[in-house]
Amino acid sequence: MRAIQYAAPSTVEDAVAILAEHGSDARMLAGGTDLIVQVREDARDTGVFVDAKKIPELMDLSVNADGSTTLGAAVPCHELYNNAQFAASYPAVVDAARIIGSTGIQGRASVGGNLCNSGPAGDTIPPLIVHSAVCNIAGPDGKRTVAVEDFCTAPGRNVLADGELLVSLTLPKPPAGSGSHYLRFIPRNEMDIAVVGAGASLVLDGESITAARISLGAVAPTPLFVQAAGDALIGLTADEDSFAVAADIARDAASPIDDMRGTIAHRKQLSYVLTQRALRGARAHAQGGSPTNGH
Amino acid sequence: MATEIQSGKVHVQTTINGESVDFLAEPRESLLEVLRDNLGLTGAKEGCNNGNCGACNVVMDGVLVNSCCVLSVEAAGASIETIEGVASPEGLHPLQQSFLENAALQCGVCTPGFIVAAKALLEENPDPTEYEVRWWLAGNLCRCTGYDKIVRAVLDAAERMRAEA
Ligand SMILES: Cc1cc2nc3c(=O)[nH]c(=O)nc-3n(C[C@H](O)[C@H](O)[C@H](O)COP(=O)(O)OP(=O)(O)OC[C@H]3O[C@@H](n4cnc5c(N)ncnc54)[C@H](O)[C@@H]3O)c2cc1C
Ligand code: FES
Ligand code: FES
Repeated sequence: MRAIQYAAPSTVEDAVAILAEHGSDARMLAGGTDLIVQVREDARDTGVFVDAKKIPELMDLSVNADGSTTLGAAVPCHELYNNAQFAASYPAVVDAARIIGSTGIQGRASVGGNLCNSGPAGDTIPPLIVHSAVCNIAGPDGKRTVAVEDFCTAPGRNVLADGELLVSLTLPKPPAGSGSHYLRFIPRNEMDIAVVGAGASLVLDGESITAARISLGAVAPTPLFVQAAGDALIGLTADEDSFAVAADIARDAASPIDDMRGTIAHRKQLSYVLTQRALRGARAHAQGGSPTNGH
Repeated sequence: MATEIQSGKVHVQTTINGESVDFLAEPRESLLEVLRDNLGLTGAKEGCNNGNCGACNVVMDGVLVNSCCVLSVEAAGASIETIEGVASPEGLHPLQQSFLENAALQCGVCTPGFIVAAKALLEENPDPTEYEVRWWLAGNLCRCTGYDKIVRAVLDAAERMRAEA
């Protein structure tokens, strides 16, 4: 690996100061499972690594007075599935945390790092979108918030300006009667990048859907929030006919590319099938059960 | 106080297998490089150097990690367990014994990683199903055994450890 400098600030202010001073040469280091590998393989040229893990706000995982949850940007995946309260409230996020890489990767990889890496197939991003998560950003000009669906701007790019960092995500309290699920298609059982990923959340009043959100990964330059697919479900019964309506809209919204992982036609069809499965999983959670599994 | 930006050779103090250890390393060096090249702990292997094979697995502050994806300087103040700390003066760990008896290795390059990872599993879940063993070890690659003997060795060790507990 090229020579690098390393800093481990203990406050957001110090981190912002270092990032601002070094501009695009500096990057935050969370679990390093993207950054260390990318710099070692010359896919990124970063000279200053700013460790996120000594900053308390970035390692925070707590429930707020209004019932929302603050997820620090550098909290590793394994902490999420080992936290029963988080897992019960945000099942789709935990579905993703369980399938990122391997046990050893999940020991370090964070949701914030996955989001800031901003890959089209980042597994935590559709789950964050279906849970209406909001990014809490700090920078030289102060703080701002951005909805997760507006965060990624192109493959590997996002709204963060030089000097800015992601402090945490705020996940609203899930309403009563809600559930969510995320799953992806990969040719093997584990350790692969999604050909397509799909997340869904549902709020049910009895059998009737009162709110729904659907998001797809790996079918566009950025993770896709398919608002129309969720909106079409409002007022409908949570059954197969309704799910097929939403899945049709999701398939139409997908604009994938052909690459070594899959063809356009395959990805379109997967968008349809995985949207149905994500909705079934979300319904199972909302009704107190759990879907078979997240992979 | 402004945060120090470290470069060049950095003095790092850490704990490895219960012993306090000091080393000098550049920030760009990985924990795996320091273990193998500076400290002579060559049990952890470099299979891929990019997080995919698990041959470099160590436990850092109680969490299984790939040491090729950890910077040397991140070890400051941490507690690290490597394969060298698995056997005790009294003898092999039940996992090591079981790998031998079940012929769960051939060339052996993947074995330290598998044992460190399996030990972390059994500490968290002393009675895993076969599925849970396979899922936990999915990040450990083996080019020789075909995995089945490894999975059986881990299940066998788990049974012995439960019987002894
Ligand atoms: C073997 C292997 C398997 C993998 N499998 C998967 C998979 O199945 N699914 C998947 O989605 N990904 C996968 N990944 C990619 C990676 O593990 C994930 O994207 C992970 O969540 C990244 O988190 P991290 O904490 O390691 O991020 P880091 O590598 O530390 O950071 C990632 C990027 O985000 C930036 N960043 C981090 N934190 C902040 C912050 N607070 N503010 C601003 N910028 C920040 C960094 O500068 C860097 O550019 C895999 C990687 C490996 C090596
Ligand atoms: S050498 Fe670290 S995972 Fe392969
Ligand atoms: S025994 Fe040779 S790689 Fe596993």
